[in-house]
Amino acid sequence: MHWQSFEAFIAMGGYGFYVWTSFGITALCCVFEVCQLRRRQQQLVLKEAT
Amino acid sequence: MPWFFAIATLLVLAGLYLSFFVAPTDFQQGEAYRIIFIHVPAAWMSMFIYLLMAAWAGFGLALNARLSFMMAQALAPTGTMFTFLALITGSLWGKPMWGAWWVWDARLTSELILLFLYIGYMALQSAFEDSRKADRASAVFLMVGAINVPIIYFSVKWWNTLHQGASVSLTKAPAMATIMLWGMLLMALAFWAYSIGVALWRVRCIIAERECEAGWLNNLREKE
Repeated sequence: MHWQSFEAFIAMGGYGFYVWTSFGITALCCVFEVCQLRRRQQQLVLKEAT
Repeated sequence: MPWFFAIATLLVLAGLYLSFFVAPTDFQQGEAYRIIFIHVPAAWMSMFIYLLMAAWAGFGLALNARLSFMMAQALAPTGTMFTFLALITGSLWGKPMWGAWWVWDARLTSELILLFLYIGYMALQSAFEDSRKADRASAVFLMVGAINVPIIYFSVKWWNTLHQGASVSLTKAPAMATIMLWGMLLMALAFWAYSIGVALWRVRCIIAERECEAGWLNNLREKE
């Protein structure tokens, strides 16, 4: 473990904004894709029911 | 399918642990280099998924297999997402390292073209009402566009680019610390598992949607 503190971890040696935005956008994209698929499947189930 | 998501989650956790807690600080780039742990796997996936789609399209045309076309169609949004992520994370790395969000470098430009190819494929697929016509036309488009993938891959060799050369290659020892390489490989495997899970899920939806549509058309015909 080479982080001195939680603040140092968040700061990422001054590059915190770039690092966390990158990882954040990636996570958001994956969550969004899975939610879209779930909705698509639910609509299909509704269609088949009618 | 849930298995792939479970595997992906485990691999992401292990990959993130290596990326943030085990891998040391880069002596040139400081902590900003940690972006490569998603940038490089995302870029690999963007190229690989495209080739996979072109292969499915080729099978589809050669064997007249509808499921092949549907597999290509199911992979497209995920490939687009990884291309977008490769570009955006590259940009977020470029700003502090190169001092610019974007440069018209051969690697960056050809990757941007890849994004347009994905979007073009999806637009073409949805432009036809007849799904058979859509499958064939977009399959040809996919296969022609595959020429761009080797251009992206070799762009750093063929031209003088600002983008650095390959850090990992099959023929040479990797030009990076082993622990960083492991972090990247774990993240790449996680993206793999995620892509398989998402694509299988989506192809199920596509199959069901097309069946629904076919059933509805048959009903209409019977009434006439």
